[in-house]
Amino acid sequence: MMDPIYSRIAANKRRTFILFFLYAVLFGAIGYLVGIYIGDPLFGMILAAIVFAVLFMISYFSGQNVVTKMAGAREVKKQEEPYLYNTVEALSIAAGKPMPKIYIIETEVPNAFAAGRNPDNSIIAVTRGLMNRLDRQELEAVIAHEMAHINNYDVLLATVAIVLAGTIVFVSVIARRMMLFGGMGRGGGRRGGQGQLIMILILLVVAILAPIFAQLLKFAISRQREYLADATAANFTGYPEGLASALEKITNQQVKNSPIENRALEGLYIVNPSLGARSANRQSVLFSTHPPAEERIKRLRAM
Amino acid sequence: MESTYILPGLLILVALFFIYSYNRLVSMRNMADKAYSNIDTLLQKRFDLVPNLVNTVKGYMEHERELLEAITRARTEWLNASTIEENAGADQTAERAIKTLFAVAENYPDLKANQNFMMLQEELAGIENKIAYARQRYNRTVMALNTMVQRFPTNLIARLFNFGTRSYFAIESEQARSAPEINLRDGEKE
Repeated sequence: MMDPIYSRIAANKRRTFILFFLYAVLFGAIGYLVGIYIGDPLFGMILAAIVFAVLFMISYFSGQNVVTKMAGAREVKKQEEPYLYNTVEALSIAAGKPMPKIYIIETEVPNAFAAGRNPDNSIIAVTRGLMNRLDRQELEAVIAHEMAHINNYDVLLATVAIVLAGTIVFVSVIARRMMLFGGMGRGGGRRGGQGQLIMILILLVVAILAPIFAQLLKFAISRQREYLADATAANFTGYPEGLASALEKITNQQVKNSPIENRALEGLYIVNPSLGARSANRQSVLFSTHPPAEERIKRLRAM
Repeated sequence: MESTYILPGLLILVALFFIYSYNRLVSMRNMADKAYSNIDTLLQKRFDLVPNLVNTVKGYMEHERELLEAITRARTEWLNASTIEENAGADQTAERAIKTLFAVAENYPDLKANQNFMMLQEELAGIENKIAYARQRYNRTVMALNTMVQRFPTNLIARLFNFGTRSYFAIESEQARSAPEINLRDGEKE
């Protein structure tokens, strides 16, 4: 009786919760170690709790703002881009969902992504190149694909995962700085040796956990969801070929060192923008955030 | 001893199924209502633009009087429509006439350069497209609702609470879906 879309939504919400929980544990551990370093473990944990609470709020309530800033996207209104606005509005009608905010990235490389926490608070970002290179039906298909991600709550998990993963990098940078600073400034200090040890411990924790979290991020942004979003998009527009030819165009036009190439965000885009950087698209399927475009196109054409 | 639980257990199961089905029917009916009001809002928007469109075009298209009359007629038809079938009929007449108008407009370079016309054309193309999607959305929700109303055993609950089937917002052919074939972005350059 369970609708596959509903179980998909439930799974995404559950995974988001697990992600938050794991990060809470990680921050607690780091806070504890920092606390020992300062001489008051409780204070360290309280500090960590506060930092985590702030992070939680940021990633949950304004994750899409962080992501659009990272991507260099700017919000546009109907008067500026009536064509894009009308297209998005049409698809939001097809999906029966509220109208997302629209962002544009000023680059000729065609691509698009969606972010947000639920259908009421979400955004769709497209590049200028996408609008210039696709015809109306292809653009509709891409927007439909993004609407499907919003619909399925894929955006919640992806957005939260990206913001949280970013903070891990941030923490590790701080920890390294502190160690360097502590090493130089207080090298001969009373607790220098012990302090160094704890800093190394923190670094170790971060160093071990960071790749695990990166892996989680990939798991979160699973490849299966792309097939599902493709299928849902085809269902919204009633025209699978539109998405197939859009994917073809987008995949062929990803270039090396494009402005939208960003490791943290690559799983978010409809087609991985780092494709151009890898030789002849023959990247390993195992480590990819996306299924190969050829396979997606093949499935769409078989519909 | 154990058998005394069977009857209450069964009753609870039936009650749960009852509640579930009733709630599903209610939410599906609301979805269909909402989808229909979407179509209605969009039709309103489109037909609000019609007098403006006709006035803009009139001076240029001396020979297309019939076409303009057809569009105006569709608007009157829509204003007087009360059933879904009548609304759909007016919608279809208007869609076809507007599509033809834009196609014919290609032969009138002065008209195509008219600022007001360009704006209307863009606005209408967007609306036509949205209407097509709203229609599709409505028809899908209606299909789901009708299936539930007609299928056993939910049809029993539907009958009990007066859930009826709905009419589709019919269009003749699927090709109408792609709306007017106008390239908006190149419009200004031409």
